[in-house]
Amino acid sequence: MVRLPYFTALTTLFSYGLLFAFGQMRDLFRKILDLPKSKKVQGYAPICLGLEDFYTRRLYLRAQDCFGRPIASAPDSWIDVVDRYSNDNNKTLHRTSNITKCLNLGSYNYLGFAAADEYCTPRVIESLKQYSPGTCSVRVDGGTTKLHTELEELAARFVGKPAAILFGMGYVTNSAIIPALIGKGGLIISDSLNHNSIVNGARGSGATVRVFQHNTPSHLEEVLREQIAEGQPRTHRPWKKIIVILEGIYSMEGELCKLPEIMAVCKKYKAYTYLDEAHSIGAIGKTGRGVCELLGVDPADVDIMMGTFTKSFGSCGGYIAASKEIIQYLKHTCPAHLYGTSMSPPAVQQVISAIKVILGEDGSNRGAQKLAQIRDNSNFFRSELHKMGFEVLGDEDSPVMPIMLYNPAKIPAFSRECLKQNVAVVTVAFPATPLLLARARICISASHSREDLMKGLEVLSKVGDLVGIKYFPVESENSHAEAKLKKLE
Amino acid sequence: MLSEPPTLESAAGPHTIIDGKEVVNFASANYLGLIGHEKINDSCIGSLEKYGVGSCGPRGFYGTIDVHLDCEARISKFLGTPDSILYSYGISTIFSVIPAFCKKGDIIVVDEGVHWAVQNGLYLSRSTIVYFKHNDMSSLKSTLEKVTRGNRRAEKIRRYIVVEAIYQNSGQIAPLDEIIRLKEKYLFRVVLDESHSFGVLGSSGRGLAEHYGVPVEKIDIITAGMGNALATDGGFCTGSVRVVDHQRLSSSGYVFSASLPPYLASAAIAAVDYLEENPALLSKLKRNIALLWNELSELPSLILASNPLSPIVFLKLKRSTGSTKGDMKLLDEIVDRVLKEDLVFIVTTKRSTLDKCRLPVGLRIFVSAGHTESDLLKASNSLRRVTALVLSELA
Repeated sequence: MVRLPYFTALTTLFSYGLLFAFGQMRDLFRKILDLPKSKKVQGYAPICLGLEDFYTRRLYLRAQDCFGRPIASAPDSWIDVVDRYSNDNNKTLHRTSNITKCLNLGSYNYLGFAAADEYCTPRVIESLKQYSPGTCSVRVDGGTTKLHTELEELAARFVGKPAAILFGMGYVTNSAIIPALIGKGGLIISDSLNHNSIVNGARGSGATVRVFQHNTPSHLEEVLREQIAEGQPRTHRPWKKIIVILEGIYSMEGELCKLPEIMAVCKKYKAYTYLDEAHSIGAIGKTGRGVCELLGVDPADVDIMMGTFTKSFGSCGGYIAASKEIIQYLKHTCPAHLYGTSMSPPAVQQVISAIKVILGEDGSNRGAQKLAQIRDNSNFFRSELHKMGFEVLGDEDSPVMPIMLYNPAKIPAFSRECLKQNVAVVTVAFPATPLLLARARICISASHSREDLMKGLEVLSKVGDLVGIKYFPVESENSHAEAKLKKLE
Repeated sequence: MLSEPPTLESAAGPHTIIDGKEVVNFASANYLGLIGHEKINDSCIGSLEKYGVGSCGPRGFYGTIDVHLDCEARISKFLGTPDSILYSYGISTIFSVIPAFCKKGDIIVVDEGVHWAVQNGLYLSRSTIVYFKHNDMSSLKSTLEKVTRGNRRAEKIRRYIVVEAIYQNSGQIAPLDEIIRLKEKYLFRVVLDESHSFGVLGSSGRGLAEHYGVPVEKIDIITAGMGNALATDGGFCTGSVRVVDHQRLSSSGYVFSASLPPYLASAAIAAVDYLEENPALLSKLKRNIALLWNELSELPSLILASNPLSPIVFLKLKRSTGSTKGDMKLLDEIVDRVLKEDLVFIVTTKRSTLDKCRLPVGLRIFVSAGHTESDLLKASNSLRRVTALVLSELA
């Protein structure tokens, strides 16, 4: 789906080649200069040998100040970015006490619950006084409080499944659930651009893993047919279980998954589906119920729905929603439930309050307002960026929009120029994205007002001209946008 | 284990409310009694009002809040190490650290009684794993000997020993001085998980290194979960600057996950500050453990299987029924009756089907510095009574 102009591809490859050559030269000099002091570490093998951390040392460190910027305020729509300086060419960075107030286009704050909220925060503080910040215990020992059981019921009701189970961290949810659901003799088919937690969970389970092309139901069908026909490796017995894992919104592309088509394929071949709604729950859909609501799929068809509370609910932790039997089984076998500390009670209360606001059960219509606001904001921002000539990815209604940069030098240039103009953006490069497709990722929030968006667009346009990333000028953009709309219809 | 765990209706301190009744709580690893402490709650409230609850992003993308950096600096200062790195969940610390350092082809020698998170980390690292007998130093020596003998490519292969300071599956304490001697002889790096010993062992709570008088620089990587003595959540890893910097880009649980909620980081800072000012908490904890040990050492049908200094007191059945299932049934019955009849809350060991640990199951009692003498006496009397009843019903 990404259009890569030929000339840009050539220049990007040339830039990387140049950086690689310079890096190798510097390594050579380092080896020569270090030769007299070699053999100083007494026989221990080094932590990273040779080229293992070449990318880190020679490429990433040049642009290190664009990543990991500390902030001194809540991750709301305007943040205070702490200034840093370096004395040794970006190798180490030191904090100062100066702060710059910037527009925040990088945090996952889709519904604006990140800062102190008038409904949620008093309740969170009350639950802190009652239950204290931690329970020091795992769920099955003494870590289950009334809040946890309340949230499990509420989350199940919100998503539309019979039961749910909570975990203290979203990453652990995926990497500890998948091994409990499937083991040796099973088959996992996962999308090629799935998140690292899913990849870790799939590897940790011991099942065979196959990958299908990103968001292509026809390729999924091909892989399924081939694998079912072949059976297990070496014995060729039929697979014990087949699970297809996909995500609701892919965070590096901003795309929605083609859920109805993929569900049809899975139903035909009797494979189970596992949907990871980390970015889509609460942010899309008319009432915030995620990608199932938006694309018109019945939640009862998806076998297991997973989500996290970090993005749209401003808290931490994850959940799994499925049928009562699966949840009962997970409560007795899942290692994250048996060995991981239970979720912090104030964080649980934050999610309960946030869900109540979204559902309108707090007595106001702030939830509906927030949902409408994020939808309008995303669509407005994306269409404006298209008009300006940027290459923007992502579907309609998705609050995540990556802007393609391609060239490695443009990554720190874009980031630093935007910071000078008081806009904080996130830039992503290899290894989170393919080598040639570096991008800047914008996350829109319901707490951004129209003025904030206009300022953001103004700065992005100026910096885009400065850095030279408006690859697709206006006339061809318009016709392309029309063609896309026609396809959606 | 078909019943639901009991639901708490108040904070999980030394006394808690279950089903409307007040119960003495021995099921929370609240070793220093910091749950419900005013200073910690106040710092959390200040943090909540300033930063909200969640941090809404991974550390690389504006999820680094100044309290995280302050917390990392505070922990390094407390332990005396050059640098440290904060993780957002206790068990994700160790299973992200191990794959970050151990790759395919490396050799890891590990105790067979480590908990599931360590086992998962080892599996994900794809290295060659060799187990040695639980807490047995002669077995460790012979394993190290076997692994390094005749290995000519030893210069390029990274070698690690992974142990826990206090094993949560058995309550044993690893003899660190012995391990350091062996490590220096055979040239291995040591990864030490101090989840249950940070804030407990040592004269000022600095962990196993202080307890044995070993300088902390000799341990290469120390990880710990903060969900025990420090009464918050999350975890940290400390070591040399090289070790910590490497994790900032290659540790999956750090790079691909949202950062720790800021109020938990400020709770950790407040807890460490409080611990440093009040080392008397540690002596109270030690006294409580000694008292409980005294009381429980003459039980007719249960034997104490943990180290006398460990805050996790582990009780095994003297005569096993022959199968783990049978043992668990008996222990569950004991725990139920102790809770219902005497209002004392203790727990059994819970094993997942994915856990490879084969150590025996038993009862776990988590002693806290917040327990009073009468609490401990109540627990021991109740155990004595109920075990006699339950096991006589069997006979």
